[in-house]
Amino acid sequence: MQEKKTRVLIAKPGLDGHDRGAKVVARGLRDAGMEVVYLGLRLTPEQIADAAIQEDVDVVGLDCLSGAHMVLFPRTAQLIRERGGRNILVIGGGIIPRKDIPALKEAGIAEIFGPGTSIDTIVEFINDRLADGANDK
Amino acid sequence: MPDATPSEMTERKKIFRTTVDGNVVKRVYTADDIEGPGQEDTGAPGEYPFTRHIMPNGYRSRLWTMRQYAGFATVEETNQRYRYLYRNGQTGFSVAFHLPTQEGYDSDHPLSAGEVGRCGVAVDSLADMERLWQDIPLAEVSTSMTINATAPVILAMYIAAAEKQGAKRRELRGTVQNDILKEYIARNTYTFAPAASMRLVTDVCAYCARNMPRWNSISISGYHIREAGATAAQEAGFTLANGIAYVKAMMARGMEVDSFAPQFSFFFAAYTNVLEEVAKFRALRRMWARIMKERFGAKDPRSMMLRYHVQTDGFTLTAQQPLNNTVRVALQALAAVLGGCQSLHTNSYDEALALPSEEAVQVALRTQQIIAHESGAADTVDPMGGSYYVEWLTGELEKKAMAYIREVDGMGGALRAIEQGYIQREIAASAYHYQLAVDSGEQVVVGVNEFVNEDDHLPETLEIGPEVEQRQVQKLRELRRERDNDKVSAVLEQVRRVAASDENVMPALIEAVKAYATVGEISAALRDVFGEYREPSIL
Repeated sequence: MQEKKTRVLIAKPGLDGHDRGAKVVARGLRDAGMEVVYLGLRLTPEQIADAAIQEDVDVVGLDCLSGAHMVLFPRTAQLIRERGGRNILVIGGGIIPRKDIPALKEAGIAEIFGPGTSIDTIVEFINDRLADGANDK
Repeated sequence: MPDATPSEMTERKKIFRTTVDGNVVKRVYTADDIEGPGQEDTGAPGEYPFTRHIMPNGYRSRLWTMRQYAGFATVEETNQRYRYLYRNGQTGFSVAFHLPTQEGYDSDHPLSAGEVGRCGVAVDSLADMERLWQDIPLAEVSTSMTINATAPVILAMYIAAAEKQGAKRRELRGTVQNDILKEYIARNTYTFAPAASMRLVTDVCAYCARNMPRWNSISISGYHIREAGATAAQEAGFTLANGIAYVKAMMARGMEVDSFAPQFSFFFAAYTNVLEEVAKFRALRRMWARIMKERFGAKDPRSMMLRYHVQTDGFTLTAQQPLNNTVRVALQALAAVLGGCQSLHTNSYDEALALPSEEAVQVALRTQQIIAHESGAADTVDPMGGSYYVEWLTGELEKKAMAYIREVDGMGGALRAIEQGYIQREIAASAYHYQLAVDSGEQVVVGVNEFVNEDDHLPETLEIGPEVEQRQVQKLRELRRERDNDKVSAVLEQVRRVAASDENVMPALIEAVKAYATVGEISAALRDVFGEYREPSIL
């Protein structure tokens, strides 16, 4: 059986323009063999959720360094679920205070990858989670 | 004495570089490494090409301005922080505006949700600007404002607020960042398309040249280019390429170079490789002086002097073992001072975790004071000058940066190079190489990929609660109820008319803000004329 490539959407919700991390992760995941759609920045949660459904992705990676993550990440995750993306793995990164992480996980963000995370760590996480959840699809 | 010659001894690395993708460093440098006689290139401090310093006596007359970038929540909280910094010996202000203000949205715009008062202070109207400076005399302080796409609007508000205090336009001192080109390259707070934005940039510069002689009309910024992943040579080359584009745009308006260039200023990053940074600053001064004199025919030495602000580099701060960041910041700040900066912001050690706490901000400011008063680094001009290594590296960085400038020139200038995605791709490639070097362990980052602790002590960080957004939106609604809305419609119509003409937009913007039209309303009027920019996503 030919294995389907993992499809990932990387996007920056809100007004934050710091896109170094998002671009490096997008490129790293692509070099790890995934198909990556880099949607860019200054996006609403609605735009990201719509793109995630249309692009039929397995993973959505959100990035925010402005401090608006507590509003933008849960909202995006909720919209993705509501629009039929219940099985999409949502992960996040940026400047996220550690005390915010439990609430973000509660809201459906599977993991937060902060500064200093290696690309391999993210690749492994995605592969493990998708392998675990493979029966859901 | 070891038997082996130095070249036979095994070294701990196959190749030594300044930083990832940076210069290869030899075992030792001698007089042979410095090309030609060298003396005329280096010159004396205060003399063309200003390699050693723009002033003959460096910091011996006056220290650099200690200018901490600050702004959060609403104007009430930020005003309180400014007064605290003022009392603690800070000598200049630097305003961080929240992202909606920077990108031309009011606090109640749907895209502002979650962003209000976070990356900076929420300023929607002149009412906020007035409150921001309560009890701080704008005639006496100097203020730097990090504002780009909406720079003309915010400068108009600052002028109006200062005049309400009784200050005169001509005596105001400060800087407006007003550097839109690097926003398309790196920082991404653009609003309008590049050509329209360039017109607004030059409107501000021309207005300042005529009306505000003590104001820096632009701060051409390498900082964000470096933060986005550029090497030291790329930061130097691409920043000066942007500077060239602004000079050409001003000359295309018919302005004589010496009438505006003395008000151009710059902004760079300082990384942890101290000597590479010192060399970069020296090379930058020399390059800009030559460009202004030889390429643009400047005659006023002030047009040739590269005056610049430095911020220690945010990207190098680690979330792991955050107290280590105080050491990184101290080294970076030392590099900035040894390099001869005019003003300096030192980052707080907790910035990879959250917005900085008051305690962390104080340590950052104290770091500058220790360098100023205890290290001795400020007591002689260009103390690294004459070091074989630093002189060699200064020359190497100049060569590499000039090669980038020639590349950009070949494409038809910075605007074209940005539109083609060349600069963005070069920087993204460097950022990726850096990540690969860290992931492979080739670049050691203490506490991250070596010398790792199981459990880090985490400091207290600053929190901005959701009530900040509610309060700001409430204030905005009251303003819209209480002001003269017919007047607002009229001034906005005037903004549209002027934007569509060749007239300078500044006088119309000053009238608009005085009528309490908001940043979002004025930006919407400008969008009506200029359209809105969306970036092609370049990986």
